[in-house]
Amino acid sequence: MDKKNVRGFLEFVYDFYKSMKAHEITLVYEGEITHQITKAFTSLTESNMAKEEESNTVQKKVFHVMVECLQNISKHADSFGSDDFLFAGRGIFMVSKGDVEYHVTTGNVIENAKIEELTRILDHINILDKEGLKQLYKTQMREGRLSEKGGAGLGFIDIARKTGRRLEFHFLSIDEENSFFILTSTISRTE
Amino acid sequence: MNTIKIMGTDDTPTVILDAENEVFEISGRSLPEDVTAFYEPIIRWLEEYSSSPCAKTIFTFKLVYFNTASSKLLLDILMKLEQMHEDGKDVLIRWYYPEDDEDMQEAGEEYADIVDVPFEQVSYTLN
Repeated sequence: MDKKNVRGFLEFVYDFYKSMKAHEITLVYEGEITHQITKAFTSLTESNMAKEEESNTVQKKVFHVMVECLQNISKHADSFGSDDFLFAGRGIFMVSKGDVEYHVTTGNVIENAKIEELTRILDHINILDKEGLKQLYKTQMREGRLSEKGGAGLGFIDIARKTGRRLEFHFLSIDEENSFFILTSTISRTE
Repeated sequence: MNTIKIMGTDDTPTVILDAENEVFEISGRSLPEDVTAFYEPIIRWLEEYSSSPCAKTIFTFKLVYFNTASSKLLLDILMKLEQMHEDGKDVLIRWYYPEDDEDMQEAGEEYADIVDVPFEQVSYTLN
């Protein structure tokens, strides 16, 4: 790197650091989500929460949400672009911690063709109350088959039940084929 | 018949299926990398066991955590036990939950609603 590039890079690192601080991000990762990664992140977050004497209930909720979010990416993120630039099973994963709540955010590429179906599933979960979610979970467990990738459509329902919040989600258009799917789950630290 | 003894890890439960000593138990944490591969031998074992079970089968679930993928397989196990009950065998499920863990208690209630098999909920204190 020449001098100008070094300066640019240093500024980028410092801006990135400031941005993480500003958004209270405690963990951020981009790449393939494997089982090992899932184990490492959950145990890291668990030990941090234990150190900070977070309540058992909150710890358990954050753990549940993290596992389901990570598994969503590893099972459902689509590939994108040319062969040497695969996005399958990859995505961004972030945990942030504020004074009153934790946020777990995931972002991954999905094919536009899947947006309609995914929106329908998430919208449906978002209109249900506690009892409705419970019934849906039971129905899905009984009738849903484990897909080849091991999902049974239960993850989103579980996140909604554990957090007691709506699932916040957005699609950012990338091109004619693909979009970036962002999901944020919020876990209250006080309830 | 064979005995299954799997020692638990931080992502797989302890499993004991021992017809000779009448111990049937799944306990600990369940988020295996491949849930189907993990639970398949257990379900196969139950299929074989159900043809000539003990006079009474008390099956213990003592889980502290399971992911949604595992929840489906746990239901498959419970449905095998339900089938035994329907066939006139003496079966009892004991679902243990930590006393302060409402989610685990509720999970037990939900399974009890889905399967038609004698089902006991037992709370215990985590040390």
